[in-house]
Amino acid sequence: MDDHKIGLKAGLEIHQQLDTRTKLFCKCPTMLRDKKESTFSFKRYLRASKSEMGEVDEAALEEEKYSRTFIYKAYDSTCLVENDEQPPGELNPEAVDIALEVALLLNMNPVDEVHTMRKIVIDGSNTCGFQRTALVATDGGIETEEGFVGVDSLCLEEDAASKIETEGSSDAVVYSLDRLGIPLVEIGTAPDIRTADQAKKVAEQLGMILRSTGKVKRGLGTIRQDINISIEDGARVEIKGVQNLRLIGKIVENEVTRQTNLIKLREELKRRRARVERQIEDLSDIFANTTSKVIKRAGGKVFGICLRGFAGILGTEIQPGRRFGSELADFANKYGAGLMHTDELPAYGISEEEVVRLKRTFDATEDDCVVIVAAERERAEPALKAVLRRAEDAMREIPKETRRALPTGSSAYMRPLPGAARMYPETDVPPVEIDKQRLQYIKSKLPETFEHRKARYKEKFGLNDELADKISRNPHFSLFERIMESYENIPATLVVRTLTDTLAELMQEEIEVEKLEDHHFMDMFKQLSANAFGKEAVPEILKFMAKQPEMSIKKAIEEIGLRADMKEVKQLIEDIVNSKKDFVREKGAKAVGPLMGVVMKELRGKVDGKMINKILEEKVKEVMVRATSHDSE
Amino acid sequence: MELKEGDRIRIKKKTDSGVVVYEGIVMPTASRNIVIKLDSGYNIGIRPENVEIEVISGVEALKGERGSEKRIRKVKEDLPILSILSTGGTIASKVDYRTGAVSPQFSTEDILETIPELGQIANIKGKVIYSILSENMRAEYWRKLAAEVYREIKNGAEGIIVTHGTDTMGYTAAALSFMVQTPVPIVLVGSQRSADRPSSDAAMNAICAARVACSDLAEVVVVMHGSTSDDFCFIHRGTKVRKMHTSARYAFQSVNDIPIGRVYYDTSNIEKIRLEFFSAYKKRGDKELELGLRDKLEEKCCLIKFYPGADPAILDFFITQGYKGIVLEGTGLGHVSAEWIPGVARAVKQGIPLVMTSQCLYGTICDRVYDTGRDLLHAGIIEGDDMLPETALVKLMWVLGQTTDMEEVRHLMHENIAGEIRGRSVKEKVHLEI
Repeated sequence: MDDHKIGLKAGLEIHQQLDTRTKLFCKCPTMLRDKKESTFSFKRYLRASKSEMGEVDEAALEEEKYSRTFIYKAYDSTCLVENDEQPPGELNPEAVDIALEVALLLNMNPVDEVHTMRKIVIDGSNTCGFQRTALVATDGGIETEEGFVGVDSLCLEEDAASKIETEGSSDAVVYSLDRLGIPLVEIGTAPDIRTADQAKKVAEQLGMILRSTGKVKRGLGTIRQDINISIEDGARVEIKGVQNLRLIGKIVENEVTRQTNLIKLREELKRRRARVERQIEDLSDIFANTTSKVIKRAGGKVFGICLRGFAGILGTEIQPGRRFGSELADFANKYGAGLMHTDELPAYGISEEEVVRLKRTFDATEDDCVVIVAAERERAEPALKAVLRRAEDAMREIPKETRRALPTGSSAYMRPLPGAARMYPETDVPPVEIDKQRLQYIKSKLPETFEHRKARYKEKFGLNDELADKISRNPHFSLFERIMESYENIPATLVVRTLTDTLAELMQEEIEVEKLEDHHFMDMFKQLSANAFGKEAVPEILKFMAKQPEMSIKKAIEEIGLRADMKEVKQLIEDIVNSKKDFVREKGAKAVGPLMGVVMKELRGKVDGKMINKILEEKVKEVMVRATSHDSE
Repeated sequence: MELKEGDRIRIKKKTDSGVVVYEGIVMPTASRNIVIKLDSGYNIGIRPENVEIEVISGVEALKGERGSEKRIRKVKEDLPILSILSTGGTIASKVDYRTGAVSPQFSTEDILETIPELGQIANIKGKVIYSILSENMRAEYWRKLAAEVYREIKNGAEGIIVTHGTDTMGYTAAALSFMVQTPVPIVLVGSQRSADRPSSDAAMNAICAARVACSDLAEVVVVMHGSTSDDFCFIHRGTKVRKMHTSARYAFQSVNDIPIGRVYYDTSNIEKIRLEFFSAYKKRGDKELELGLRDKLEEKCCLIKFYPGADPAILDFFITQGYKGIVLEGTGLGHVSAEWIPGVARAVKQGIPLVMTSQCLYGTICDRVYDTGRDLLHAGIIEGDDMLPETALVKLMWVLGQTTDMEEVRHLMHENIAGEIRGRSVKEKVHLEI
């Protein structure tokens, strides 16, 4: 699909945790804990605040409908601020400095006075019911191969508590307080991104700029991406919580597919004159003697609705691994009710006969689809009402919504898009004026730009323009410098190729190169520098290490069978040269070339080619010398 | 240029890289910078130098009356009538997202809109008595409040809820305990975490307070969170309760007494909210409980905290200032330094009662154990028994409002009038959380 033709517009929102000593509003360490170390827990409820119009923010209200209990796990490394039992302290100056540094690197304009706001969030992830957030800078941007991408805003905010998978009871949501309050920057780009590939590259570039400060947290979960996507005739959809950079392109593609398919479904539903009946029926009688475990588990309670003209629609795939039925199921799941429909039945232990009776209850024809949920009335009714609304939307428009990224690159419904007016000042935190000296100081200490770095690499390591550009923009640039400084006899081109092309190739082979850490590369080049193996074996070693990252390089070399005893190598070459003695005598120094081929056949990948060449030259010379002395006898 | 709060303006600011344009609504601020609310909802401050400002539109008209939801509330015959008297502590507030202002809500409609559960518990009537921060409370205000409470009960209220700032709630609770003889529950309630946050304890405290106000408990009590969780509220006797934490929900503790009971909160169903009583209390309908008001107070009383090396001139100062009664917060069992004893004797001789309480808070006064104590008794000090220093102060004001006879004062100070003296000390269960 051509992203340009369908009018793709995408923007990224990147959340990056900062590596500060303390949290954003208290003196607790920014340290994640083993949940087993929790020292106590407490229980809370949240209520939606009212806006000036007496209306509750739509997203906030939707959360309240689920009326859940929140359990919070606290630690000896958390305090009363996380418990919402004490007013927050002042905005952590260390975090403000880092935010300003990132803002300047993104060519942004910091505001003169930073005001901390309360952003209503009542899913329980913040104990106070709002997230504290402050706008630090605006109006910046970065250059990409496909054009300029504006960076509209940079906010400094507190990270939320992390959800611990609900333990048994579905009504209580358990959160861990260790993450709550860790500072993070939220960087929002303009909707200037036009292709899936560009989305991925922008994310990479932003990630690299963040890491270049050396003041952001690294590792799983420390950076999260949200993507805003829309296509022409589609709707703006926000996909949250992408933790894997590699998925970004795929997520954009899959969302485009979803919206395109939903447009097609809408046309089809219009053509069929489909309609939604708001009648919810109690169908428990039909399943009085059912063998279905799903239904038995729900206490035998089943409720259902009929979607006229929807036959086959729910079974239609709209995204890899997700059918339209899955979209509807997302809504039912919100109320803790599982959803089944006649496009997929009989299944789940529901019999043919039960399906017939289901359809008969609604006088459903083969054009219709009956949707059922197995749950008691209090859950089933709101669940089915939500499903009805979503089915009605399908005939009208693509809903604007917030979705949750799935590990497959598809996404599931999360909640409606939040309204704009959910913020009011955090009066407990005084505003922070950013004076000019502070900015000047940060400016003077900014990390190097790409352009400068590239010129330096050309000069210092003799790299050509292409390679210098590649490595200076690569996240591994500092590793590159460390390798070059540590092992002088390793050619710069080899290191660049390894850190760029080789890794890219391995990634394409689905090798998990994320598992490779700096020390793996350092050790590998150390061994290479000591001629422990030939440079041809680099990809093979990396492949092996990605699979067994805990193994030492030395051991890996042995395991792969690369290690060649130099004595043996010399012996082998000598044997080969001796066996071709006549040829050497005849060709003299020119014999090296052809013999190289023979030797390499035996030693490829085990010993560096240059090394072999050198030994071979020596041995040939020896034979020639011996021949001359022999002649003179 | 003169900017008015609420103006929509555009600011063009020159920077090193060009011009940045900000657009938003002018916000109130204490800083010298211009603070605007952007359409994204964020507030930012802009230095008024190198800027061009353009007013796009004047003060944006406030949205009219909120919706048309002013439903006529029917009186539910089967529910009791509760009066909510507001003194400034907020159990409900509203956020104006446009200006960011937080305004406390007092009208019956607004309270019910924010905490609709109250309407299921009782027929609610709201009335504003004061709109003050509780640190600005004073004895004169307690008197007016007591009179209002009395009037509401007389006019048929079957329970009273007083919303109050938490800082001095304990004092007001004690004052009402002495001044109002009540046949119905009088419940003081507040919130430790502001009502404008979704996590506020205001709603739960108010709902639990309403349950207590409908119960058969005919005393002045404070109903506030019992733990850091939203699981139960304690019912504290008005003369035994003290704010023991600056910010936590469980700040209120009964001192030298166990709470009267607790209210188990339940969000699923108002009916399921359960009361549990730990100790005896005066009951609604008891014969001797006739409504009465004895609101005279001698306001010229003070509370002095002794500390090592404290100058005895402090005491003389209050005497020359014409104070009629003094409560001392002494050390340990009830001591001040030997230097103070002549001053104490002089005061008593002049007819100024001096009551000794302890900064230990927990435990009872006993001046018979050490020499200084015996000297104090000899000088005429009145032992405050196991009363809280604050309660002793309020009680002294009230006692001096009833009599000036020194012997009578001494007698009344030792008499348990409103549960302020427990008389029998048992091992405390301190309800502070770890």
